[in-house]
Amino acid sequence: MTNSIEDIGKADVTVIIGSNTTEAHPIISMEVIKSVKAGRTRVIVIDPRNIMMTQFADIVLNQRPGTDVAVLNGMMSWIIKKGVYDRRFVKERTEGFEELKKAVEKYTPEYVEKISGVPAAKLKKAAELYAGAEKANILYAMGITQHITGTDNVMAVADLAMLCGFLGIPGGGVNPLRGQNNVQGACDMGALPEVYSGYQRVDNEDARRRMEYAWGVSLPDMPGLKTTEMVGAASRGEIRAMYVMGENPMVSDPDLKHARAAFKKLEFLVVQDIFMTETAELADVVLPGVTFAEKNGTFTNTERRVQRVQKAVEAPGQAREDWRIIRDIAKNMGYPMKHRDISDINKEISAVTGSYAGMPWETLDACGIQWPCPEIGHPGTPVLHVCEFTRGKGRFIPVEFREPAEKADKQYPLTLTTGRILTHFHTGSMTRRCAPLEHLAPRAEAEFSHEDAEKYGIGDGDLVELSTRRGKVQVAARVTERMNPGVVFLPFHYAESPANVLTSVALDPVCKIPEFKVSAVRVKKKRGVRS
Amino acid sequence: MPEELRVTIDGKRCSGRRGQTILEVAEENGIWIPTLCYDPRMAPYGACRLCLVEVEGARALMPACHAEITPDMVVRTENKRINSIRRTVIELLLSDHPVDCMTCESAGSCRLQDLAYNYGVKESSFKGETHSYHLLDDNPLIERDLDKCILCGRCVRICEEVVGAGVYGFVARGFDSIVSTPYDHPLEESPCLFCGQCVSTCPVGALTSKLSKGKGRPWELKQTDTVCPYCGVGCTLTLWTRDNEVVNVTAPVDKGVNRGNLCIKGRFGWQYISSSERLKYPMIRGKDGKLRKATWEKAISTVAERLTEIVKENGPDAVCGLASARCTNEENYLFQKFMRAVVGTNNVDHCARL
Amino acid sequence: MSKKTRVVVGLATCGIAAGGVSVMDELRREIKKRKLNVELAETGCIGYCFAEVLVEVEKAGMPKVTYGDITTKDVPELVETHLVQRKIWREKVLLIEGRKTAEADFLKRQKRIVLRNCGLIDPESMRDYMKKGGYEGLKKALTKMAPEEVRAEVLAAGLRGRGGAGFPTGQKWDFCARAEGADKYIVCNADEGDPGAFMDRSVLEGDPHAVIEGMIIGGYAIGATHGYIYCRAEYPLAVKRLRLAIREATRKRFLGKNILGSGYSLDIIVKEGAGAFVCGEETAMMASIEGSRGMPLPRPPFPANKGIWGMPTNINNVETFANVPWIIRNGARKYAAIGTGGSKGTKVFCLTGKVRRGGLAEVAMGTTLRDVIFGVGGGIKEGRNFKAVQIGGPSGGCLPAALLDTPVDYDSLPAAGAIMGSGGMVIVDDTTCMVDLAKYFLTFTQMESCGKCIPCRVGTKRMLEVLIRICEGRGVPGDIGLLERLAYDVKDASLCALGGTAPNPVLTTLRYFKDEYKAHIFDKKCPAGLCVDLVTFHIEPDKCTGCGVCVRNCPSDSITGEKKEPHVIDIETCIRCRECLRRCRFDAVYTV
Repeated sequence: MTNSIEDIGKADVTVIIGSNTTEAHPIISMEVIKSVKAGRTRVIVIDPRNIMMTQFADIVLNQRPGTDVAVLNGMMSWIIKKGVYDRRFVKERTEGFEELKKAVEKYTPEYVEKISGVPAAKLKKAAELYAGAEKANILYAMGITQHITGTDNVMAVADLAMLCGFLGIPGGGVNPLRGQNNVQGACDMGALPEVYSGYQRVDNEDARRRMEYAWGVSLPDMPGLKTTEMVGAASRGEIRAMYVMGENPMVSDPDLKHARAAFKKLEFLVVQDIFMTETAELADVVLPGVTFAEKNGTFTNTERRVQRVQKAVEAPGQAREDWRIIRDIAKNMGYPMKHRDISDINKEISAVTGSYAGMPWETLDACGIQWPCPEIGHPGTPVLHVCEFTRGKGRFIPVEFREPAEKADKQYPLTLTTGRILTHFHTGSMTRRCAPLEHLAPRAEAEFSHEDAEKYGIGDGDLVELSTRRGKVQVAARVTERMNPGVVFLPFHYAESPANVLTSVALDPVCKIPEFKVSAVRVKKKRGVRS
Repeated sequence: MPEELRVTIDGKRCSGRRGQTILEVAEENGIWIPTLCYDPRMAPYGACRLCLVEVEGARALMPACHAEITPDMVVRTENKRINSIRRTVIELLLSDHPVDCMTCESAGSCRLQDLAYNYGVKESSFKGETHSYHLLDDNPLIERDLDKCILCGRCVRICEEVVGAGVYGFVARGFDSIVSTPYDHPLEESPCLFCGQCVSTCPVGALTSKLSKGKGRPWELKQTDTVCPYCGVGCTLTLWTRDNEVVNVTAPVDKGVNRGNLCIKGRFGWQYISSSERLKYPMIRGKDGKLRKATWEKAISTVAERLTEIVKENGPDAVCGLASARCTNEENYLFQKFMRAVVGTNNVDHCARL
Repeated sequence: MSKKTRVVVGLATCGIAAGGVSVMDELRREIKKRKLNVELAETGCIGYCFAEVLVEVEKAGMPKVTYGDITTKDVPELVETHLVQRKIWREKVLLIEGRKTAEADFLKRQKRIVLRNCGLIDPESMRDYMKKGGYEGLKKALTKMAPEEVRAEVLAAGLRGRGGAGFPTGQKWDFCARAEGADKYIVCNADEGDPGAFMDRSVLEGDPHAVIEGMIIGGYAIGATHGYIYCRAEYPLAVKRLRLAIREATRKRFLGKNILGSGYSLDIIVKEGAGAFVCGEETAMMASIEGSRGMPLPRPPFPANKGIWGMPTNINNVETFANVPWIIRNGARKYAAIGTGGSKGTKVFCLTGKVRRGGLAEVAMGTTLRDVIFGVGGGIKEGRNFKAVQIGGPSGGCLPAALLDTPVDYDSLPAAGAIMGSGGMVIVDDTTCMVDLAKYFLTFTQMESCGKCIPCRVGTKRMLEVLIRICEGRGVPGDIGLLERLAYDVKDASLCALGGTAPNPVLTTLRYFKDEYKAHIFDKKCPAGLCVDLVTFHIEPDKCTGCGVCVRNCPSDSITGEKKEPHVIDIETCIRCRECLRRCRFDAVYTV
C-alpha cells in the first residue's frame, strides 16, 4: 500500500476494484463503511459480483471477469477527454502522458461497454466522480492480480491514480490489500526467487557480493523458480526435492490434479506445518511447527507496518518454532547458524536490509513501524511517494486490453471466478478446525445468479457439478442476487470440494500469477435439495 | 492541524484541538469522566448521561462525550449535583438489572459493576418492575442476555456505523425498549457477520462470547498483545490465556491498525491453536509408505542427508523451497537464507500469488 | 344584492367525531327533498368544540345564526324553521350575529390571528382563502422584500416559537439562513401529541393554506430548498387537506420552481409520523424524516447547522407558521402591539376537562388564566369548584386557584412552575385527585419515552411506580423525598425535553398540593375520594329513600336494605366501582 490503513477513511472517493473487502479484509471494509456512514466518503465498486460493499457504493460497475484493463482504460479515456485530470501533477511528477493518452483514446465508454458489459453512462459517472474528488484512493486485491493480465491491471490502476494526481497524499494512493498476515513480510524478507531481503536482486552483482560477504558463502546469480514454475519443473523431474514451510499448495495451487501429480513425483518432500495438511500427507518428512501464539517474531502487514508477534502459550508436544528447525537443518548440513533467539535473527535482518534497519524486535510494540525505517529512531513512512517516486518521475505505462486465457464458449458457457468467504481463511487448515466457524460455513457453495439458476434449473441448496477442461467438483448451489448472469463463484477453502481442481495454470507472463479469476466452466445439476 | 484551544477542566489548564470533545480532552489530560454509552469507535450518542459535566455559562449540564470544547471553556466534571445525577443513573440501571455478578461472565470487565463500585452504590433505592427475558442462545458464538442489557445502544451503533450490517435495532418504547434483530429472528438468520464487534463494545454482560464462557475471570488470565494470523491487515490482538490455553481474544481500542475492531476470524477463530489435531512430533515416511513418529534428531538428519545427497547428484537447483506468508519475518529470512546459502539455490518462493 | 342561502357544517375532526358527516348527509337529503335553493358547504373548527355539531346558516334578510349540538334528528326541524319559515330556531341557537347570546362571550373574549379563517372558510377552497387576503403576505415577501428583511420583520414582530420553547422565530431563522449547506430544509412540526391538545389540528384542518403560506415565506427568508410537514398520521383529515392545499398552491405557482418570478423555489412534502410523541422533538423528528427510529440527539449541533441529512434545517410549529402571513401582511408593529413586553401576539389554547365551554381559545398574550378559563371557558361544569389547571400538556405544570391571576406568557408561566407548552389547558375540579392526575400524565410520558436515555426511560418508570403505590395506599414515608429526588435528577439529566419536562406535573402538584400526597401516604385517604383503594362508600341514612336503584346496579351485591328503608353498603365486599354514587338521585352515597 502506498498509504496507511488509518488513511483510508480520509478519502472523499474510494474505488474498490477486484476486492471483496468485507469478506477478505473486514477491518479495511469497516474503515470504508465507517467513513461512508459518517458522510465523508463515496464509494465506487468495480467487481463482477455484487459484493457486500456495493450496499455502500454510489456507483457499481459489474464488469465481465477479466476485462479490468478495458474498464480502467475507459475511465482514463473519459477523464482525459473531459479534461478533468490533474494537469499539474501530470506535468510536474510524471512522464509518458502523451503515450498514455494515445493508447487509451480508443477505449471510449461505448467501446468499453461492448468489451466489459459496463454501461457507458455508468462508466462516465464513475470516472467523473473519481477524477472530481479532492482526494481519492483505490483499493484492490486478488481480483486485480490473479489474471494473466495481472501486471497490466496493476499498471492501469497506477496510471489512473497518477493521472488524477492521487499519489503521495493522505487519503489517496494505490492500495493493494495483501491477503495473508505476512505475505508482505515474506516478500520483504526475500522469500522470492529473484531477490534477497529488501528487494535486492540476486542478479545484481553488488547486492550479491554484499550478501555473500554477510553470509560467508558464494551465492547463485540466476533468479530461481517461482511457485507456479516449481510445479512444472517437478512434473518434468527437474526438481527432485522440496521443502515446504507453512503452506498448503495441495489446496491453493491451480489445476490441482496436475499439481498433485507433480508433488507425488518428488523424490523428497519435507513439510513443516502445524496440522497434517493435504500437502503434509504427501511428505516424506513432516516437521511440527508452531502457531503465531506460540512464538516471537514480527509480521509485516499490508501497509508495510512491522509489528511484534509475542508468544502467549507453549507449543504442544515436541512442536518447535520454525526458525529453530531451519537452524538445526542448516547446522546438520554443515552451515552453522548461530542465532540463539529471534532477536539475533532480527539484528541480522537489520544489518542486511536497508528498509528494516531501524526496528529491532525489542523496541517494536503493538503499533509497529511502517518501513522504510532506515535507522533507529526513524518514525517510519506512512505515505510513500510524497515528494517523488522511487524512480524520480512516475512513468505512465499504457496497457492494452487482452482477453483472458479462457473465454466462456458453447461447451463451457459460464465464467468461474474463485475467492474467499468471510468465515474461512485460505486453505482452511486453521479456520476449519474452529468448530463455530465450521458450523457457520460447513461446506463450499457455488454462487449463481437467479438468471443462471433458472436457465440451468438449479435451486438454492441443490447439489451441482462444476466442470472445466481440467476437472470437476460437486458442490452445493447457492442462488443469490450477489451474482450477475454468466458468472459463477466458488470459494477455494474446501479441500473436499477443491475449487482449484477447476482453475487453470494460465499465468501472467511477468509475475507468473495464475488466472484464478477466470475459467470457462459448465454446470450440471446432480441432485435437487428436496429429491 | 486544527487550531489549538485552551480550556480549564477541574481547575487544570489543558489544551485541546478544535473539534475535540470535552471527554477526549479530559482523557488526554488524565481526568476521568464516567461513561457507559461511549466508545471511541462510534459517533457520540449521549444516552447514558453519566458524562454530564458543568460548563461555565451554559444553562444545562452538557454531555462531555458530545460537547466540543470552545476557547477558554471552563468545565467542572464533578460537583454535588453531578454526583447525585450519576448515582441516580447507576441506581436506576441497577433497579432493572440482575445483580448476579457472582456468575456473570462480565464480572471484572463490567462497566456498570465498576461504576457501582466507584460511586459506592450497594443497592438501588428504586424498587419496581424488572424485566425477565429469555436468554438468547441461537448461534455458536454470541450469547445475548437481554436482562442485562442497559440499552446504551453500543451494539446497535457499532453494527450500523462500523460494520455496516445493521443487525440490531431498538424495539418498543420507554421502559420496555429492547434491542432486537430484524423480526426477532436468530442471529444466524439475520445479516449478522459474527464479527463480535457487538460483544467487544457491550459494557455489561448482555453480549458475551460463548467461546470464553466459564474459562476464567479477567484477573485470572494472562494477556499478551500480538498480531492476528489471518489476512494482511495485521490487527492487534490481545490473547487471554490460562493454563497454557488461549481462552479469549480481544483487541485494544487504543492501539493497532484496528483500534479495537476485529472480524469473525480474528475474534473467534483461535480454537485451532489447542486443537487435538495439532502435529506434536516429527514424522518420517517408512518403507511401507506410512508416516511414523520420529525423534527430532532423526528427522533433522534425514532432511539434511537427503537434501545434501540430491544437491550432490543434481546440483542445488534440483531442490526448491516454499517459505510461508504465515510465518514470521525472521523465519522467512532464515528460510531463504537456508535455501540460498546452505542449499545454494534461488528456488525459493511462497504463496504470495495464491 | 340577494345573497344565496348558505348552510355550513363544521367538519373538522371534532365535528366529524360528533356526527357531523351524518348531519351533513341529512341536510343534503332534506334540502333536496324540499327542493330548496341552498348552498351546502363545510368548514373547519371554529372552536366551539363543546357544542359540536355546529351548523351555521346564512340567509338573506336574517342574521347569521350558528346552531350547536345538532344531531340528525334536529335537521328536519332546523330546515323547516329557519330555511322554510325564515325563523330562528331558538332551541339550539349558539350564536346570532350581532346579538348577545349566552355563548357569545366565548368568541368575543378571543383575539383571533392564527384562527382568523378557521370556521369561516372552506378549507378545501383556495379561493376562499385568497378572498380573505390569503397569499398576500407571500406576494409581499417574495416580490417586495429581501430575505433578510423578512427575517427582520418577523424578529421585530416578537414572534416566539409556539411549539413550547418560545424561542424567537426571527432569530432561529437567522441562524439557519447564515448556516452553510448545499441544501436547506424548512420543516413544519405538525406532530401534535399532547393529550387534550388540538390547536394545530384545527388550524391544519381549518386553514391549511395559512400554514403553507407561512412556510413558503419562512423558506424564502432562510433560503430553504425543501420543505417537510411532519404531520401525525392520526390526523388523516389534516393530511388530506394539506396535500390538497399543496397541490393547489403548486398549481397557482406559489410552490415549485421560481415562485412568483422571484427566482425562489421550494417544494413541500407531507411526511406522516407513526404516532410517537417524542417525534415532536426536533432531532427525533429529523431522524424520523430520514427514515430512522425517532430518537433525539444531543444538541449542539443544532438543526440550524446540522439537521436533516446533515444540512441546515429550520423547524417551526404549525401555529408559528400560521402567524407569519399575518405579520408580513399587517406589519410587525401591529403584531407587536398585541401581548406583553416579552410575549407578543396571541396564543391558541385548547380548553378541555371540567370547563363548561371546552374548545379553541385564542387570546392575546398576557391574558390571565382566570380570563381564559372563566371568561372564555365560562367556568367549571356543573357548578363545581375550580381546583387546578394543567398547562402545557404532560410536560407542563399544574397551577392551583391561587394562581388564577397569572398572565399567560412566556415569563409568568415558567415562574409559576408551568410552561406555555403547545397550549393544552386541562381544567380540573374538586373531584379530581391531584396525585392521580400526576400519575395520569406520567403514565403518558412514560409510555412515550423513546427509551434512549436512562433518566427518562427508567426514571419516569420508577416515579410512576411510586405514584401508583401512593394512589393504592401503599405509599411509605420517604416516598415524597424519593419522588423529589428522582424528579429533579430526571429533569436535569434527561437527553431531551420529553424527559426534561416529564417530572413537571409531579413537581407542581407536590408544590401546590403536597397535602394531598401526605393524606394518601400517612392517612391512607384520598381527599378527592377518587383513589379506589383509599375510599370506602357509605350511605347517609337521612338522605336514602330506599328506592333500590343502588341495589339493582351493584355488581358485587354489596348493598342491602328493605324497600323504603335506608340501605347499607358492606364495605368488605364493595369493589368501589362508584356505580351507586353515580346512580343515586338523592346524593345519599358518600365516600370516606
